[in-house]
Amino acid sequence: MLESLLALGGLVLLRDSVEWEGRSLLKALIKKSALCGEQVHILSCEVSEEEFREGFDSYINSRLVYHDLFRDPLNWSKTGEAYPGGPLGALRAMCRRTDPGPVTIALDSLSWLLLHLPCTTLCQTLHTLSHQDSCPGDSSPVGQVRVLGLLHEELHGPGPVGALSSLAQTEVTLGGAMGQASAHILCRRPRQCPTHQTHWFSILPDFSLVLQEGPPLELKANPYPHTSPVDASSHLTFNLHLSKKEREARDSLTLPFQFSSEKQQALLHSGPGQATSHIFYEPDAYDDLDQEDPDDDLDI
Amino acid sequence: MFTELNNLLNTAPDRAEQGKLTLLCDAKTDGSFLVNHFLSFYLKANCKVCFVALIQSFSHYNIVGQKLGVSLTTARECGQLVFLEGLKSSVDVFFQAQEEPHPLQFLRETNAGNLQPLYEFVREALKPVDNRGAAWRCPVLLVDDLSVLLSLGMGAVAVLDFIHYCRATVCWELKGNVVALVHDSGDAEDEENDILLNGLSHQSHLILRAEGLATGFCRDVHGQLRILWRRPSQPTAQRDQSLTYQYKIQDKSVSFFAKGMSPAVL
Repeated sequence: MLESLLALGGLVLLRDSVEWEGRSLLKALIKKSALCGEQVHILSCEVSEEEFREGFDSYINSRLVYHDLFRDPLNWSKTGEAYPGGPLGALRAMCRRTDPGPVTIALDSLSWLLLHLPCTTLCQTLHTLSHQDSCPGDSSPVGQVRVLGLLHEELHGPGPVGALSSLAQTEVTLGGAMGQASAHILCRRPRQCPTHQTHWFSILPDFSLVLQEGPPLELKANPYPHTSPVDASSHLTFNLHLSKKEREARDSLTLPFQFSSEKQQALLHSGPGQATSHIFYEPDAYDDLDQEDPDDDLDI
Repeated sequence: MFTELNNLLNTAPDRAEQGKLTLLCDAKTDGSFLVNHFLSFYLKANCKVCFVALIQSFSHYNIVGQKLGVSLTTARECGQLVFLEGLKSSVDVFFQAQEEPHPLQFLRETNAGNLQPLYEFVREALKPVDNRGAAWRCPVLLVDDLSVLLSLGMGAVAVLDFIHYCRATVCWELKGNVVALVHDSGDAEDEENDILLNGLSHQSHLILRAEGLATGFCRDVHGQLRILWRRPSQPTAQRDQSLTYQYKIQDKSVSFFAKGMSPAVL
């Protein structure tokens, strides 16, 4: 996967989100480039040098050239350590490189640059940066330039994101499901149809990448990734299903409200003992037999 | 300081992490209990705290602090706490000579530029000093809250720049911590606030998001807290970094329980 991302050159756009951060993939790509013997320039606006170099071994760290826009990007501290010309000056200084051979430039992140520079200026600078190898005015033969740009998608409107993605040769959109990260890769090769691919991967502590199977399809559709499906019928206090015998017994039962012909007969023809029944009443000695009409006061 | 929250975050005042940005965020509820938690937590952890309080008065935070077992007055007197009371000092901006720098200088400017004076105030407040009397553990910046700066006319990028510089100074240079609260307007279309919230989310190491219940107000469950760990110390294959709990705020503590497991329901 990393090889295919790095194969094309030009601008590789990594689009990440708050939940699926893309810096580890960026660092995995940087490691891969450095292991190929390339010089890697890093323009870092969001994390400190220590934090960025953390996890790389000494060989890779020796291949990295760190351009610090983190400590004092806007020259507030006035210590003289800030880049002359601000972020744009730093980018332009990278354009004027002299060393031959292929170079990787990592921009961490394009979002920071996009918030501080006009979109058109940034796009033009990125274009010159990624097309240095075909620059006709330059006499010295310089190798291929690859630009890796990290973009936090939520921070920008569709306009700037669209402009940047039209500049990019390769676009990686990070996502995931069930705790598993995925990368959707869109490759635009010249004179070919763009290709789409999706990879599931995880990144190890030393920033090497391992491809994964990806979660099964029915789980991908689960909109609540952190709830495991629970079998609701496992702890019931009653039967959900009947056996054949139980079903027959239930069907043969006559319910009390069902009016059948036997019931009708039983009601119409009263039994022999019932016709001659009498009520005997013997008043008790203490029975209060009131002669007056109890409803007299109602005046009916 | 709420012990239950410490347990969820796997931390304690005597082993507080350093160099971290914690983003507090509230949506459809009031997340100020989180601010009070972190204020008392870092005071108990013996850290030097700079508190930029733009929402409430000093006495309000002091009363809440006393319930949680810290005295802000004492902390301020012994130099542990530097308190910027936004409600009071915003008036001072208009009654002092213009030449004197004021942290809330932007209130006076017609086209609000940047928050550099506020950043310089924070840097001054947390600058390590060479006195043998009190040695504080690490500096901490606490902001309640950043959304107010947007309401006062600052742009989201200016507020992000302010936090960027605070992070570079406090988290990286001085190995301290930054904790900031931002409101989430939800579906109300507030673009600036969304940029601020998302920009900070990308920079932060830990996001605590207090949300009101989707089903509305409830007497026994006051809301739910989502905990999202970003930038783990090692990017492992396993990413079990997001947790959700429901909570109930009590007089002096907050109790947390798993979703749907409120003692009142069971």
